[in-house]
Amino acid sequence: MATALDVRELSVRFDTQHGNVQAVDSISFSIEEGETLGLVGESGSGKSVSSLAVMGLVPSPPGVVSAEAMLLGERDLTQLTPEELRRVRGKEVAMVFQDPMTSLNPLLTVGRQLTEVLEIHEGLSQSEAFKRAAVGLGDVGIPAPEERLAAYPHELSGGMRQRVMIAMALLCNPKVLIADEPTTALDVTIQAQILELMRDLQERHGTAILLITHDLGVVAGMSDRVNVMYAGRIVETAATTPLFDAPCHPYTEGLLGSVPDLTGVAGQDLYSIPGQPPDLAELPPGCAFAPRCSRAREECSEAIPATVSPAAHRLSACLDAELLAEKGGLK
Amino acid sequence: MSAPLLEVKDLKKHFPVGSRGLFSDNRRVLRAVDGVSFKLERGQTLGLVGESGCGKSTTARAIIGLHPATSGSVKLQGQELTGLSRAEWLPLRRRVQMIFQDPYASLDPRQTVSSILTEPLTIHKLAKPKERKLRAMALLDAVGLNPRHIDRYPHEFSGGQRQRIGIARALALEPELLLLDEPVSALDVSIQAQIVNLLGELQERFNLAYLFIAHDLAVVRHLCDEVCVMYLGRIVEQAPRDELFESPQHPYTKALLSAVPHPNPHIERTRERIVLTGDVPSPLAPPTGCTFHPRCQHVTEVEDDRCAKECPSLFYSDGRSSACHLTATDSA
Repeated sequence: MATALDVRELSVRFDTQHGNVQAVDSISFSIEEGETLGLVGESGSGKSVSSLAVMGLVPSPPGVVSAEAMLLGERDLTQLTPEELRRVRGKEVAMVFQDPMTSLNPLLTVGRQLTEVLEIHEGLSQSEAFKRAAVGLGDVGIPAPEERLAAYPHELSGGMRQRVMIAMALLCNPKVLIADEPTTALDVTIQAQILELMRDLQERHGTAILLITHDLGVVAGMSDRVNVMYAGRIVETAATTPLFDAPCHPYTEGLLGSVPDLTGVAGQDLYSIPGQPPDLAELPPGCAFAPRCSRAREECSEAIPATVSPAAHRLSACLDAELLAEKGGLK
Repeated sequence: MSAPLLEVKDLKKHFPVGSRGLFSDNRRVLRAVDGVSFKLERGQTLGLVGESGCGKSTTARAIIGLHPATSGSVKLQGQELTGLSRAEWLPLRRRVQMIFQDPYASLDPRQTVSSILTEPLTIHKLAKPKERKLRAMALLDAVGLNPRHIDRYPHEFSGGQRQRIGIARALALEPELLLLDEPVSALDVSIQAQIVNLLGELQERFNLAYLFIAHDLAVVRHLCDEVCVMYLGRIVEQAPRDELFESPQHPYTKALLSAVPHPNPHIERTRERIVLTGDVPSPLAPPTGCTFHPRCQHVTEVEDDRCAKECPSLFYSDGRSSACHLTATDSA
């Protein structure tokens, strides 16, 4: 299978009055065609910023983006002019945002917003574009799509708006779809519908999906592989099942342990990671997770641990990665 | 037997919407809460779950008097709370406190933590003025914050720490009942676990009763002794925790539980899913009969189109209840 997106050594820094904040610190990842890569982490870990950087949407200033390469198929996104990038964005890489209310324009009808994409990227006439847009809405399970084209975003429910966002993202059949917390603002029964829809569309079009979420349940069901981010760095990469079965980084382990579920023993204390996520402007030296880590020792605070491969197809940035891999996690 | 700590009976909260113009009249009634009843005993936790717009927050706000109830009764140890004046409420506020979802919006940014925590003590004339600050420091300690940070402002704390301040504020008056409206929804997973554990620990220590409102079913399962599932302003199922999660009876509860993704790929990828079609209907124009019937898979299994015609009432058996024509006829 071909690689759809290959990001190498991506860094994003924000130069602010309060000092420089390294939001993303040389991360690398790649997604195959038809694959879903989960990007997991808590707020401020850099997951959204890294996806915005891929899309070329980080505001500059204050943002400073650098990368060795960001290959979309054969092309390197870092080498494109803003005009060329604009033509790629929305056509070959599309994005679905978390909040469907604020990411649709409230003053334009759904039809206008959908056809704009087609007129710009595919050069369709207005009537052709409206026909294609109606088909697109039908594809994401919106009933009576022709009539919905005349609706304004506020006339639709949250789930419907998110369907419109997904329809818009998929209109030009992109190779890569970046979904940034696509279901976080939705109720669980609606979330189930949208996830089902995304699986179905991926199967039909072979789209590569970068799924950004903090919900480990969503990741468990949707992704083939997972990247775990902490304080701007990827601390662990693995295929989904091995990651959940035997995490090789203490942060992943803590994260998995702190989620209550519907089947385990209820009523006992949850495992919880002590302390707070670090302030990116004042990162501790060495491993950023060390102050909260039960395995931390002096070495951890001396230098950022190198990313090693403790087992086949796995990466972890922990000095104890191999130890953790051997014993299959703490649990 | 003495009266339960909290007893809610047929509570309704209707909001008038629209207006009457010269030529038109589009006044309508939004039935946010439409006949909710439950009891809560001291030291127990009752979960109120449901999707957005089902009326769970409005129920809490009607209990504490933030929205005066349209009809029905709310009793705190036998004392009626609805229809009380502000002055009559004041002494009762000591016993019932609320914790809100958004730790950023529910603390006054211009008050220091010390002022936030001593204000309730001042209003209720508790403790000597000199001792109030010491009490506030003890509260901070109880919720796991450093008492030396008492003169800081809310913006100097993270989201999880602010939620701890909100909890300390609610505990200042030594209440018996806490209404928790989505207390951990705005927090990151690792912080959420800390707060969930803290709530459990405080409940044990102070023998608190919790009315726990949340949409996250896994958190509810973790904390609650009993659970009520709401749909469009009504309770559709009520059961002790284990019964509800192990053998849900109402089709909506089943669908809701099945929609929760499981954070274990082995389970998540093999479990059976019920994916509901359509959205939650508008509470301004609820469907006739059972309000869930347009989305229900079992609607054809009930004879005579009863689901569309007749609203099922809660059918009690074995300490649990469910409002569904199907389960009522099954067990009858």
